[in-house]
Amino acid sequence: MTQITYAGVVLEVNDEGYMLEKSQWTKEIAKAIAKEANIELTDKHFEVIEFLRDRVAKGESLTIRSIGKSGIVDIKGFYALFPGAPLKLATRIGGLPKPVSCV
Amino acid sequence: MKKIVIVGAGTAGTMMANKLRKSLSKKEWEITIIDKYKTHYYQPGFLFIPFGTYTKKDVIKQKDVFIPEGVNLIYAEVDRIDAAQNKVLLTDGKVFEYDFLVIATGCQTQPEETPGLKEANWYKNIFDFYTIEGALALHEFFKNWQGGRLVMTITELPFKCPVAPLEFVFLADAYFTKRGIRDKVEIIFTTPMSGAFTKPKATAMLGKLLSEKNIKLIPDFYVESVDSENNIIHSYDGNEVAYDCLTIVPVNMGDDVIARSGLGDDLNFVPTDKNTLRSVAFENVFVLGDASNIPASKAGSVAHFSSEALIGNMLEVINGKPMTHSFDGHANCYIETGFGKASLIDFNYVTEPLSGKYPIPLIGPFSLLGNSCINHLGKLAFKTMYWEFLLKDRKLPVSNNMSMAGKNKD
Repeated sequence: MTQITYAGVVLEVNDEGYMLEKSQWTKEIAKAIAKEANIELTDKHFEVIEFLRDRVAKGESLTIRSIGKSGIVDIKGFYALFPGAPLKLATRIGGLPKPVSCV
Repeated sequence: MKKIVIVGAGTAGTMMANKLRKSLSKKEWEITIIDKYKTHYYQPGFLFIPFGTYTKKDVIKQKDVFIPEGVNLIYAEVDRIDAAQNKVLLTDGKVFEYDFLVIATGCQTQPEETPGLKEANWYKNIFDFYTIEGALALHEFFKNWQGGRLVMTITELPFKCPVAPLEFVFLADAYFTKRGIRDKVEIIFTTPMSGAFTKPKATAMLGKLLSEKNIKLIPDFYVESVDSENNIIHSYDGNEVAYDCLTIVPVNMGDDVIARSGLGDDLNFVPTDKNTLRSVAFENVFVLGDASNIPASKAGSVAHFSSEALIGNMLEVINGKPMTHSFDGHANCYIETGFGKASLIDFNYVTEPLSGKYPIPLIGPFSLLGNSCINHLGKLAFKTMYWEFLLKDRKLPVSNNMSMAGKNKD
């Protein structure tokens, strides 16, 4: 666990960079985390993040498939917005816990 | 006469038929189990077929042998479940009403979900070993194969028997070594996961084995499509892997009947309480095995361990009492690692696979996260345990919920 400052706010993150105090999340903090990952957040990015935050609030699981069916982006579009490992990246930027892969 | 209907006579359905019939009076309770197929396959045995260790006859029995007397076994196809009306409707028009329903319809591979997968080269140089047909076809292909690029691919999570793709590449390494052509076979493992497995200790152990056996791991690879003319798999983020032989775990979904019944999520799994095993939508509907959406592995061991919580809860609900049994997500899996050895993982919803001895502390005889011949013998012996004990609901000397006994906590 370490402390890190985003958008002037001191946050505690776990060793993978996920916020421990979820209630501290703001859009400004999201932009700062994204900037570190070389991403400029657009309205589309925030639409996806809101979708994910909404699902987590409802206790629903996060899957790339469900994002593809959300009507906001398809799976290719999601990868274009958050390159590499999109679900891990989007949740970290969105102040959400890392999604648990259930195998 | 009150009625219980079980849809699906695979591992989970068969276990519940035995448990329910033992627990409920034949004078008061009619129990019916419905399945469209007469054959019961020992699915963990499919893994061994491509390498010639098992043949079809080693993995096949007739379902009726395992259904107890006093349970009506119906071979028929279910058109849909009308849960609001407490009815199961068959395609031939028959209707079965129920007081309680157990959904045990399992999970199946859906190669059609991946563009380009099930086309001209399906079972020519693209195989799954999750079906008897795929496993047998791969055996034929391997017999004469002189080498090339063997790619094992997982398309999407979740899928049943989560360790099987790893076992496959470990066994392939051993098989081609024994044939003297390992240097002519390049083995690659692609997965949408970020590592060989999901939890840290098991991921480290399995990742190390892959590396020692010269098997290349390509993580974070989410398959978008297969170009079977040019022998390439494409990921959603524009990466590609070429193959000479592709062995794939296709997208796994719940049975189509769940979709037709409006009871499933976007992969046709039934939303189920992960501790009580009751459907979240209907109070008289319970779900066991791969058909549910509980965040546990889709594996026979999970169906077995959760069945004890389920029978306890069902009997309480039947008697008008609150449910007191809670399933903890316990799963255990042997992992074949090749050359007569295997590993073993034992875990639940909150505890990752830990090292230690199982089931008896210090004595074992099985070593958790280890790599031993005794574990391999355990895997082979499991076939007999499955047919003779598990399915017939004879007690096994291990706890249903995961035990920390014998485990190293550090």
